[in-house]
Amino acid sequence: MLRIECPCCGLRDHDEFRYGGDASVMRPAHDDPDPQAWYRYVYIRANPAGLHREFWQHVIGCRQWLVVERDTRNHAIASVELARQLSARKSPARKPPA
Amino acid sequence: MSSNHKRLSMGGRIDREQPVEFTFDGRSLIGYRGDTLASALLANGVTLVGRSFKYHRPRGIFSAGPEEPNALVTLATAGKREPNLPATTLELADGIVAESQNRWPSLAFDVQSVSGLFAPFLSAGFYYKTFMGPTRRAWMFYEHFIRKAAGLGRAGSDPDPDRYDISQAFADVAIVGGGPAGLSAARAAAAAGARVALIEQDFLLGGQLLAEPSDSAAAAWLRQAEAELESSETVTLMKRTTAFGIYDGNVIGLVEQRDPTNPQLAGEARQTFTMLRARSIVFATGAIERPMVFSNNDRPGVMLASAARTYLNRFAVLPGKKIIVATTNDSAWRAVFDLADAGADVTVADLRAAPPAALAAEAARLGVVVRAGTHIVDLRGGHAVRRATLNGPDGQSEASCDLVCVSGGWSPTVHLTSHLGVKPQYHDDIGGFVPGAFPADRFGAGSMMGNYSTAGAIEDGHRAGTEAASFCGKSAPAPTPSKLDLGETATALLFEIPSVGRGKAFVDFQMDVTTGDVELAHREGYESVEHLKRYTTLGMGTDQGKTSNFAALASMATLRNATIPETGATTFRPPYTAVALGALAGRAIGHHFKPIRRTPMDGWHMANGAEMLEVGLWMRPYFYRQSGLDVNEAYVAEMRSVRQAAGLMDISTLGKIDVQGPDAAIFLDRIYANGFAKLPVGRARYGVMLRDDGIVFDDGTTTRLAENRFFMTTSTAKAADVLSRLEFLLDTAWPDLRVAVTSVSDEWAAMSVAGPKSRAILSAAFPALDVSDAALAHMGLLESEWQGRALRILRLSYSGERAYEIYVGATAGEQLWTHLLEAGRPFDLKPYGVEALGALRVEKGHVAGPEIDGRTTLDDLGLGRMAGKRTGFVGDVLRRRPAFQAPDRQRLVGLECIEEGKRLRGGAILFLPDEKPYGHGHGRVTSVTFSPERGHYVGLALLAGDVASEGSEVVAVYPMKAETVRARIVSPVFLDSQGERLHG
Ligand SMILES: [Zn+2]
Repeated sequence: MLRIECPCCGLRDHDEFRYGGDASVMRPAHDDPDPQAWYRYVYIRANPAGLHREFWQHVIGCRQWLVVERDTRNHAIASVELARQLSARKSPARKPPA
Repeated sequence: MSSNHKRLSMGGRIDREQPVEFTFDGRSLIGYRGDTLASALLANGVTLVGRSFKYHRPRGIFSAGPEEPNALVTLATAGKREPNLPATTLELADGIVAESQNRWPSLAFDVQSVSGLFAPFLSAGFYYKTFMGPTRRAWMFYEHFIRKAAGLGRAGSDPDPDRYDISQAFADVAIVGGGPAGLSAARAAAAAGARVALIEQDFLLGGQLLAEPSDSAAAAWLRQAEAELESSETVTLMKRTTAFGIYDGNVIGLVEQRDPTNPQLAGEARQTFTMLRARSIVFATGAIERPMVFSNNDRPGVMLASAARTYLNRFAVLPGKKIIVATTNDSAWRAVFDLADAGADVTVADLRAAPPAALAAEAARLGVVVRAGTHIVDLRGGHAVRRATLNGPDGQSEASCDLVCVSGGWSPTVHLTSHLGVKPQYHDDIGGFVPGAFPADRFGAGSMMGNYSTAGAIEDGHRAGTEAASFCGKSAPAPTPSKLDLGETATALLFEIPSVGRGKAFVDFQMDVTTGDVELAHREGYESVEHLKRYTTLGMGTDQGKTSNFAALASMATLRNATIPETGATTFRPPYTAVALGALAGRAIGHHFKPIRRTPMDGWHMANGAEMLEVGLWMRPYFYRQSGLDVNEAYVAEMRSVRQAAGLMDISTLGKIDVQGPDAAIFLDRIYANGFAKLPVGRARYGVMLRDDGIVFDDGTTTRLAENRFFMTTSTAKAADVLSRLEFLLDTAWPDLRVAVTSVSDEWAAMSVAGPKSRAILSAAFPALDVSDAALAHMGLLESEWQGRALRILRLSYSGERAYEIYVGATAGEQLWTHLLEAGRPFDLKPYGVEALGALRVEKGHVAGPEIDGRTTLDDLGLGRMAGKRTGFVGDVLRRRPAFQAPDRQRLVGLECIEEGKRLRGGAILFLPDEKPYGHGHGRVTSVTFSPERGHYVGLALLAGDVASEGSEVVAVYPMKAETVRARIVSPVFLDSQGERLHG
């Protein structure tokens, strides 16, 4: 059983979490009209033997979405971060379009 | 013969004051508290305990632990049969009823053994050759006979009467194995300040120390260690507990047997499955002695040397009087001395040309005959060994015997450490596999690391316990362990399989695999260990080949002229020993298999004739029995009452999400395919969400409660997914949007009043509220209070009739429900269930789960106009990809049955009238109902857009019932296409 160190709640069993897919792919902006960009985001996945960044949500806990770095060869978890903090760092708060 | 005639009058770890009655194959026998079933059988002179898997050969007790390949029994108690239990690990308790297995008509006289009828069919590769490829049909013929001939115990077929539990546990340091290394590790880790769990499968701690005489220094050491650990507050001693698997995250799967000797525990869980999460693990799992390979080495009366010593010293049973000990190493000599000391006539056949002089001297002192450079070639004796043929420097000779003890060296128990991928590595100096490099949080100690001396194991355990505690940040100084030196000499091992006689020589007793099978596999090219295993079924028994793996490996290595490491080792997988499925299920059986969700009005439904239906985890009213005799009669009656008067429906299961924040309107604009930004306060709107790939995700209504606050409802099925999806987008994609989403599903009870008389009913129920069309128009909102609870009335329709959704604080749900029924009585208000709900929406042409099935787009469902030319919402770009616009894309249509007296069925496949009904057709019927309005069956269907158009006919084929029915393609809206009834 995977055990994930939630930054809010501490070390918890994986059955408290919900898997949310690959976190290494970049989601296009909501108004990006490029079909290729959306195609890549939705369908194209690497399948690494090694570290893999993936989304997990602590559904039976704080409900935060997390970015977990997991080694696909041995399930060792290298890091866990709050997705919101990571994504906020990438796109700093701005006044959203009206 | 008298009872317990093989029992010594003194010694052992049994309580002679506490006799225990048990039954074996119908025979009443007596053992003592502290016995296993195996030791009690041996004490009573029972040597034949079972028949083998394929050849039905007589078998006896081979070991004294969980590695037992032969002595498997069935425990039969009232209403229950539990097969394949090793007698060597069954703690003896009053009333045990054990049966031998795989014999007919009796254990002593077995027909198949005598006839040898199937033996030629059962050699290695037989299954492959006979039943794969062109001759597979032969299986049909042989199966019956083979299933009857080959097999072990028979399980019961009644429900398991026993109870099981599951528990969760945590420790800093888990120590697997309670022998000298494990005990020493536990003391060290506890002294360092760690919380320790010590796991031991036996009902006594001590491991191999239990094979030492009960008045020895070893016994004193064990008593002291045990007392120390028992008094420690940070140590949990888990006896009768097997660690059957190691899983990711240092989670250890444990199964604990209830203490069968404690009458106060009767009725408690028979087994408890515990998931133990440990920060670090010390493996001190010991080693398993290897058999020797010679003809008829499986006869009852052949036993591991260490097992004979355990039966003698732990259970005070002298299993033989005239004993041959066949060995390749020093360790078996300790059994030689103890057996001789107990009065047996012992001969040692040591394969080595010159056994150590000190051992020979001690043997001479005890009158033991020593035959160096000698091995057993063959054995005779049916139900018990009688004579052995020995081969030595002076040629072959015969010797009589009633017990043969064997020791082919030791194999470290590396099963558990292998589970997470630590590969065993061969060490020449000990002639065995030990675990390779451990990750930082796992440690090994004692004989499982090849450290075979007791003194060494204690030191090693102390080191491992200290390191494991230190890994957890606990490093208070621990006192050095008290020493115990049993003076074992190094096990100088000679491993080879010498010549065998003409009879079968077994490498795997449980699976009946012989050296001949290994040779056959080799001849036919199955040389790798993994191939050998599959070709011969080696190691595939319930014992997982604990005693057999090494002999087979060595045998193959010899044939290939290769070294052991070149030949390789097999992969071990959980479980280490068999685990009852009941233990894994625990209490999650029957009604408790999954949780049940009930709405606030559930009690009323149950008390008022509702037939309930499981919808996901929810229980919902299916129909009400007063509406009709069966569901078909009832739902039509309930539909009529909605269309003609009014109906009341429990819709509390809808997902409800509170969406708040300055950017809430922008957020909704992005997640719905249709716009919400311009929705006025106090108005509701139907919305559809897409997935990123352009497929429809869910639908529902969202109401603007205030400028920055919305109330969203989702379908019952997708409630959790929608919330999670909204949170995902806010956390990962749009952290700049100032929006919070919260589930309020359980905070609100919800009910719908639908039908032409619904407004009048609301007026009667809420006289203080203005529910006129002016105050509450279609898609309008009215917020108020009722009995001190929040009240929201939304004018929404799912059925096509004038209708209102009423939300009230959950605790007032049932009260409001009965209040509405009371107020609605003069207007003929009747409750209706989900079948009528579904039928009403089909008649109105609304899509639901069967149409929003994860494959359909907005355009497929005829909802493309909702999005219009909008962009920038989830799924917008990929919904427009060319493949979704293909002319043969299946689109929503209405169907009406045009054959008198026939019906449509959901799932029927659609063909053209002149077509042969074959293959997938052009589409399928998704939802159907009898339409009281139309007077026949109508349905919704998904049909390829290029084969037929409105007005033409199709054939709906339902192969499950061999039904074919003609239907006409029509608009999916069967009723009131102008929507006038919404205002009626
Ligand atoms: Zn959390």
